[in-house]
Amino acid sequence: MAPDDLRALLPFMILAASPVAVILAIAFYRGHALSFIISIAGLLISFGSLFYSFRYAPRAVTPLLIIDRYSLFFTGLILLATLAVSLISFGYLENRSYRRGEYYALLLSAALGASTLVASSHFASFFLGLEILSLSLYAMVAYTRGSRFSLEAAFKYLVLASVSSAFLLFGMALIYSYAGTMELAGLALVSRAGPSVFATAGLAMMLVGIGFKLALAPFHMWTPDVYEGAPAPVSAFVATVSKGAVFALLVRYFSAFSLHDYPYLFWVLAGISILSMLIGNLLALLQNNVKRILAYSSISQLGYLLVAFLASGPQSFAAVSYYLASYFVAMLGSFGIVAVLAGPRGELVNLEDYQGLVWNRPWLAGIFTGMLLSLAGLPLTAGFIAKFYIVSAGVQAGQWALVLVLAASSVIGLFYYVRVIAAMYSKRLEAVPYGEVPVGGGIAVAVLTVALLWLGIWPSTLIGIIQRMIYGN
Amino acid sequence: MTLGLIILILIAGGVLAWALGRVNEVLARAVSLLAIFVDLILTISLLAGGEFRISGGGAFVDQLKMPWIPQLGISLHFGADGLSLLLLLLTMLLGIVSVLVSWREITERVGFFHFNLLLVLAGIAGVFTALDLFLFYFFWELMLIPMYFLIAVWGHEKRVYASIKFFIFTQAGGLLMLLSILGLFYLHGQDTGVYTFDYFSLVGTRMPYAVSFWLMLGFLAGFLVKVPAVPVHSWLPDAHTEAPTAGSVVLAGLLLKTGAYGLIRFVVPFFPDASAAFAPVGMALGVAGIIYGAVLAFGQTDMKRLIANSSISHMGFVILGIYAWNTLALQGAVIQMLCHGISTGMLFVIAGALQDRLHTREMARMGGLWDAAPALSGVALFFAMASLGLPGLGNFVAEFLVLMGTFRSDMVYSVLASTGFVLSTIYSLSFVSRVFHGRRPEGLALADLSPREGAVSLVMIALILWIGLYPQPILRVSGAALKEIELGAAGRQMAETAVPLLPEASNGAR
Repeated sequence: MAPDDLRALLPFMILAASPVAVILAIAFYRGHALSFIISIAGLLISFGSLFYSFRYAPRAVTPLLIIDRYSLFFTGLILLATLAVSLISFGYLENRSYRRGEYYALLLSAALGASTLVASSHFASFFLGLEILSLSLYAMVAYTRGSRFSLEAAFKYLVLASVSSAFLLFGMALIYSYAGTMELAGLALVSRAGPSVFATAGLAMMLVGIGFKLALAPFHMWTPDVYEGAPAPVSAFVATVSKGAVFALLVRYFSAFSLHDYPYLFWVLAGISILSMLIGNLLALLQNNVKRILAYSSISQLGYLLVAFLASGPQSFAAVSYYLASYFVAMLGSFGIVAVLAGPRGELVNLEDYQGLVWNRPWLAGIFTGMLLSLAGLPLTAGFIAKFYIVSAGVQAGQWALVLVLAASSVIGLFYYVRVIAAMYSKRLEAVPYGEVPVGGGIAVAVLTVALLWLGIWPSTLIGIIQRMIYGN
Repeated sequence: MTLGLIILILIAGGVLAWALGRVNEVLARAVSLLAIFVDLILTISLLAGGEFRISGGGAFVDQLKMPWIPQLGISLHFGADGLSLLLLLLTMLLGIVSVLVSWREITERVGFFHFNLLLVLAGIAGVFTALDLFLFYFFWELMLIPMYFLIAVWGHEKRVYASIKFFIFTQAGGLLMLLSILGLFYLHGQDTGVYTFDYFSLVGTRMPYAVSFWLMLGFLAGFLVKVPAVPVHSWLPDAHTEAPTAGSVVLAGLLLKTGAYGLIRFVVPFFPDASAAFAPVGMALGVAGIIYGAVLAFGQTDMKRLIANSSISHMGFVILGIYAWNTLALQGAVIQMLCHGISTGMLFVIAGALQDRLHTREMARMGGLWDAAPALSGVALFFAMASLGLPGLGNFVAEFLVLMGTFRSDMVYSVLASTGFVLSTIYSLSFVSRVFHGRRPEGLALADLSPREGAVSLVMIALILWIGLYPQPILRVSGAALKEIELGAAGRQMAETAVPLLPEASNGAR
């Protein structure tokens, strides 16, 4: 390994060191604040070192990892999202008397797994990253183990994620048997030779595995239960970092395979996209639990993302990247509000708990409104530009059917976002025991709101960064 | 520059009103009033300073253009011609009315109310002045959210239902319009290599007829829902009825106009051939709206629902005038937009005043109010007369021009539409007689107009009289803009199918 390889890997190494530091610190002194500070410091230093390793990009570090602008961009996104989740988690865990320190070790290693995914250029690193991420998440979902829902969610997640991993592994094996390589670069070369049964079967099985991780319909069944049962900050992490990393990887891997050589693969993905958009939005209408609504919303959002993904081409890359950033902000913010509102007696998740929120907690209600409007794609928020970008990519590729379904289903989706908003602005029924707003969570949602508005009103900065990432200048 | 300033003042005023509302409610109202008033002055100064002649480069005054999202070909491009400025003037006038009528009616969350009100006005002002299609769509969507809040928070009994219905109807139309905007954007880009959302670049984009027809339908979905045309009008009675008075005034007076404005500014210039083919259907939609809206209005027992349904009828004239597409009819449509904004807006003010005093909108529980409140009743009678098209008042000029223009394009539609005069007389007079004449129910007492309401009414009465008796200045301002639009992309096609253009529209008006 050349020294430059190590320099390029610096953010990842810092990120890998920080959970170790947290665990070692716990061995000497068990303190919530200490673990929290170490993890924040680790994330910030790692984020800072991204700019340092940027100078050595693009660079293939061993056959396993590739450090290029793309992976650095998404690693940055993951680090910032993890930072937000840590801030939200701190206040949330303060209210609960569990052993709190280890949570940050799990969170950091999950972030490490996610960043490995976005930098992976090999099936081995792909699978390793995914397992690091998933194993940490099993424990995180079950972290409030006093709650039955939390345990149920963790078990569901454990079983289904393991099955999906099995699918993924089998798919990888089939593709390996066809291509004789597990490297991305090799796959791209081999795929030009034309489609084959092994490759198709392998791709299909990998798709099933990835579909589970992304909670795309019809592999979405676990999502609402897990999001509902997991602690709100963990739900935020699962909905954003875990999905975002897998999606970024999906884009990287499948851009190696030309979708035009596999027309039925295209149609399968289009079908999955349409199903996700419709099922996500329609089933959300029936929910009365804010976390479940957000879960179904995330299913449909991933469906929208697939529309841009299927458009392929540079415009689609840019749209996917922008959409993921804006989706991260809005989802983290929404779950952040749920976490911030959670009192010592538990989370407030029923729609009735949000009745008249605006009269009690006007700032939080305003922020939540902004986040929901962004998910619905209305102006002044990041979601507006993001949805515009996605539709634009779809129209450019001439995929009118997908785009029309997107438009129709987002009108359906509007209904349940507005339902939550309407509840918040309706007359208060009775006093709801809202907890004190914790400082960390408060700061996190405030910063997320600023990001939301900034991306919605002045998007050219981020678009510029994304375009430099894609066109590389 | 001024146009950007107008929108900025509204937004800043709204934020300031929200902040001050937590300290002092009167301060929030005063700040809102001041902000809109400053904008009114700015608009008038633009109107006074502009030279509304037909010029080569476009009749637009005060263009402002700066990059916004250059990577996607989006810029902050504002500009106003006579049409935009007249509608901007209406926006500010009705904005002031809205603040004034809310003075007593709104007592909860005053700051937030005025924030929403000013944000709607900013959105509407943006729609009337945006010359970049993305910017236009941005403002188009922007005005929905605060309007939603105005209905959902301060509305009447069925506010949640009405507000969600309004939101979903307009969003559905808006998204289809977005698809068409993007389609147009890429067609133009592929044709010329320049990817831009700029209005002047996109006008005259070459495309196959079938494509242009589909794209036009997308735009129509957005605009016809807003106007509203008959099959997609059902959100309107609910939203207007459940909204607080200021919300009804803004909805009826301004929001409906954005749809009509879109038809004139975008649909016909972008797709002249397809629009010419669509014109008979468009005129049929207009006539259907005129008759159906009037019949619906007559059947109502709720005062605000009656006024709301009469809006459908009046806006039918606007659609008819636009699709007749000659100078006379277009002039009529524009005057109708202004007069309907004022007269229906004021009828909603009256209805709001009555509801505030009587706590009901049911006309069955009213009657004989004339003795108790002569000034209020007199004002109501005046605007009912305006609404039924009494000669000498603005609405008559408008509807008469539309009918004359339509007569030249298609006699049948003109004859059918003229029944609207009779029908509107029936429902307007029945409204007056049910509410103000007859026997007053036992124990029904009410205060007459307050000085504030009286002052608003007087100004609006003066405006309607002015338009009715001497519409020439307005015709001159809008004439140049309309001619420019006609002569632009649309002129070549529509002029062949329709009648030759009149040299001076105003000759026919007097």
